Amino acid sequence: MRKAVLTGKHFWYGNIAIAEGAIVAGCRFFAGYPITPASEIAEHISRRFPEIGGTFVQFEDELASIAAMLGASWAGAKSMTSTSGPGFSLMQENIGLGVMMEVPIVIVNVQRGAPSTGLPTLTAQGDVMQTKWGSHGSYEIIALSPDSPQEAFNLTIRCFNLAEKYRVPVILLTSETVGHSAGKVVVPPKDKIELVQRKKPKVPPEDYLPYKPDEDLIPPMACAGEGYAFTTTGLTHDEKGYPDTTAEAHEKLVRRLNDKIRRHLKDIVDVEEENMEDADIAVVSYGQVSRPARKAVGMAREDGIKAGSIKLITIWPFAEHVIHRWAKQVEYFVVPELNYGQIYLEVKREAAGEAKSLLIPRMGGKLITPTEIYREIKKVSEK
Amino acid sequence: MQASSKVLPSQRVKVSRGEIHVIKERCKQCNLCIDFCPTQVLRESDEANEKGYHVPELVEEPEKGNTCVACGFCQVICPEYAIWIEARRDE
Amino acid sequence: MNEQTIAEDKLELHPIDKWLRSERMPHIWCPGCGIGPTLYAWIRALDRVGIPKEKVVYVSGIGCCGRGSGYLDVDGFHTTHGRAIPFAIGLKLVKPELCVNVISGDGDLFSIGGNHFIHACRRNVDLLVICTNNFIYGMTGGQLAPTTPLGDRSTTSPYGNIEPSFNTPHLADASGAVYVARWTSIHVRRLEKSIAEAMEMKGFRYIEVLSPCPVSYGRRNKLPEPDDIAEWFRQSSIIRNGANTSEVQIEKEKPLILGNFVKRVGKPTFYELMKKLEEKVRGR
Ligand SMILES: Cc1ncc(C[n+]2csc(CCOP(=O)(O)OP(=O)(O)O)c2C)c(N)n1
Ligand code: SF4
Ligand code: SF4
Ligand code: SF4
Ligand SMILES: [Mg+2]
Repeated sequence: MRKAVLTGKHFWYGNIAIAEGAIVAGCRFFAGYPITPASEIAEHISRRFPEIGGTFVQFEDELASIAAMLGASWAGAKSMTSTSGPGFSLMQENIGLGVMMEVPIVIVNVQRGAPSTGLPTLTAQGDVMQTKWGSHGSYEIIALSPDSPQEAFNLTIRCFNLAEKYRVPVILLTSETVGHSAGKVVVPPKDKIELVQRKKPKVPPEDYLPYKPDEDLIPPMACAGEGYAFTTTGLTHDEKGYPDTTAEAHEKLVRRLNDKIRRHLKDIVDVEEENMEDADIAVVSYGQVSRPARKAVGMAREDGIKAGSIKLITIWPFAEHVIHRWAKQVEYFVVPELNYGQIYLEVKREAAGEAKSLLIPRMGGKLITPTEIYREIKKVSEK
Repeated sequence: MQASSKVLPSQRVKVSRGEIHVIKERCKQCNLCIDFCPTQVLRESDEANEKGYHVPELVEEPEKGNTCVACGFCQVICPEYAIWIEARRDE
Repeated sequence: MNEQTIAEDKLELHPIDKWLRSERMPHIWCPGCGIGPTLYAWIRALDRVGIPKEKVVYVSGIGCCGRGSGYLDVDGFHTTHGRAIPFAIGLKLVKPELCVNVISGDGDLFSIGGNHFIHACRRNVDLLVICTNNFIYGMTGGQLAPTTPLGDRSTTSPYGNIEPSFNTPHLADASGAVYVARWTSIHVRRLEKSIAEAMEMKGFRYIEVLSPCPVSYGRRNKLPEPDDIAEWFRQSSIIRNGANTSEVQIEKEKPLILGNFVKRVGKPTFYELMKKLEEKVRGR
C-alpha cells in the first residue's frame, strides 16, 4: 500500500502531478465525469484514494460532480474535480453557488480546443474569460495556470490553500499540453509542505453567525454535524444565512464577496518576471505559452532588443498592479495566447495611455513557437 | 389579552380534555383544521389577525356530543404551525 | 357554549418550534399549502426515531419546497435547482454518521434533477429523499411539471396537458431504491410512520408526498379553495401497502393509491461497498 505523500523524485505527466498534488494538499473527496484531456486525473485518483482513504465518485455528469463537491466541502473535506471545456461549462451554475455560499473547492480545467466539442485532444487557452465570468453575476474568483508538471503539482497545492483561506472555488486552469507532457516532479517531505486549513468558528453555536466576516472579510466556516445548526443558501442572505432579498442586503453581500478577494490581491497574485529591469518590450504570457515566450525573450536579448518576460501564475484576479507598474516603463506589451484575445484585453486595459499592446493569437491545436513570438518582438522593436 | 412569547403570542382555550392553543398571527385561514376536525368543534371566527385572516375558534356543544377529543389532528394538519393541543395528562 | 379561558404571560410555542427557526415564522407558503404539514411529519418522525438535532442535515433544491431548509433549526442547505441529491451525496459520504435528508419539489427532483435521482437509486446512496409532489412548478407561478396529470391546466399548458406524467414510486422502484412509499400531506400520521420506518433503514429511501398547491395548481384546475385539494385527497385516496408500483400511476379520475410500496433489505449501500473496496486494496 502506498502512502499519501510520495516524497521523492518522479517522472510524471502533468495530469498525474495534479492528482498527486491534490492528495498532498489533503484532498480526500473527488467527484468527476470522464472527459478528454482530463480523464487521467480522475483515473489516477480512483486508484489512489482506496489506498489512502478518500472518497472517489464518478458521477452521472458534471452538474452532479460539482454539487457533490460543494456538499463534501460543507462536510469538511477538501474536494476536487477535473474536467475540460464542455464539463466546465456545465459546472458554471454551481461555481456561482460556491461563490455565494463561500465554499472552498478546487476545479481543474484541462483546456482543449473550443467552442463546443472543438478539439478534444488538442490544446488551447480559450476558457480564460469563462473562468472569470462563466457563472452569472459579479464575482471574483481565483485561477492559477501552470506551465509544467512540477508547477502543476505545486499550484494544485496552492489552489487548495487559497480555496481554504478565502472560502472560494479556485480553478487550476491548465491545458492539454501540460496535462499530457511528462517531466520531473519533486515531491518534498510531508513536513516541508505548507498547508492551509479553513478558519473555524471560535464562538459557541448560539453566538455563531455563518456569514459574519472577520476583519479580513472572510467568515469562519462551521461544517455540517458540528452542532452549529446553520443554514446557507444561494439566495442573497444576511449574516445569519437567512434569505434577505433586499437591494441593501445584496449590495452588502456582493461587495464583500468581491472585496474579500480584491483586498488581498498581493497575497493571491503571483507572477514571475525575467529581464524586466530595463525592458522596453514585455511579453506577457501564462501556462504552456510562457515557455516559448521566455525562449523568445532570450532570442531577442541576443539580438540586443530589450525584451522582458512577465509570466502570470495567477490568472484571476488579474495582476493589474503589475501591468500598471510596468506600463510606465515599457513601450509595448506582447501577449501570445492560444485564443483570439482574452488576457490581451486585460493587459490592454491596464496599459491604456501608457504603453501599446499587441496580441499574438492562435486558436489552439498547437503551440506558438519561440520563433513566432520572437518575430513579433522584433517587429515591435523596429516600430 | 394575549399571552406573550418571544415569537408570537398564542391564545389558549381550555377544552374538556385539555387546551387548544392558537398563534393567531401565524394562521392563514386555510380552514384545514376546521374541515378535518373529527368532532367539528372548530369554526371560522369573526376575528381577523393583522393580515386579515380569520382564525379558527372553538365551539363545543357538549349537549349535542360535540366536544374536542384532543385527537391533535388540527395540530398535525395545520400548514402554519399555528394551532396545537395540549391533552390533559390524567386522561 | 364552551368555556374560553385565555392564558396570559406564558411562553407558548407549538411543539414543532423547538425544531424551527421561529423568528422566521410565518413562512412564505400560501394558505393550504402541503409543504408545512409534510415537514412537521418529518420532524415528528425524527423525534420518534430519536435522532438528535445536531445529526440532522436538510438539503433542498429550488422551489417553494426548497425554502424549507431555511426554516428549521438544523444544518440546512438550500442549493441550486435540481442538485440537492448530488450535494447531499457529497456531504453524506464524507460524514456518514449524519442523518442526511433531501426534501424538495417534484420539478426539482424529477425534471431538472431527474438524472441524479435515478442514479442515486442505482448506487443506493444512503439518503432519505422526500418529494412534495404538488403536480406543478409552484414557485415560478404554475408551469407544467413532469408530474402534472394528463389534461390538467398550467400556465404553460393552457389548453390542458398533453404529456404523460411520471409515476415516481415506479421510477424509484425500477431504479433500485430500497424503500418506496407514497402518502399525502393530509395522511400525516401514516406519513410520519412511513418516514420513521424509512429513517431506520439504510440506503436510498424515497417517499412521495402528494401535496396541495391551491394557488399555482388548484386555481387552474377547479380546486381553487385552500382546502379543495385536501378534500380531493381525502375522498379519492385508497391505501394499498405493498402495491405493485407499476400500478400506482396518478390519473385524475381514478383513485390515488397510497401506501408503503417497497422495502428491500440487505442491499449494500454505496458507502459500504466503497469501504469494502478500500479494505481489499489496503490489504493487498
Ligand atoms: C437552473 C434553473 N432553472 C430554472 C429556475 C426557475 N425555477 C425556480 S423553482 C422552479 C420550479 C420549482 O418547481 P418544483 O420543484 O416542483 O417546486 P415547487 O415550487 O412546486 O415546490 C423553477 C423552474 C431556477 N431557479 N434554476
Ligand atoms: S384536537 Fe381533534 S377534536 Fe380537538 S379541535 Fe383539534 S381536531 Fe378537533
Ligand atoms: S389549519 Fe392552521 S392556518 Fe389553517 S385555519 Fe386552521 S389554524 Fe389557521
Ligand atoms: S405556490 Fe403552491 S407550493 Fe408554493 S407555497 Fe403556494 S401553495 Fe405552496
Ligand atoms: Mg412542484
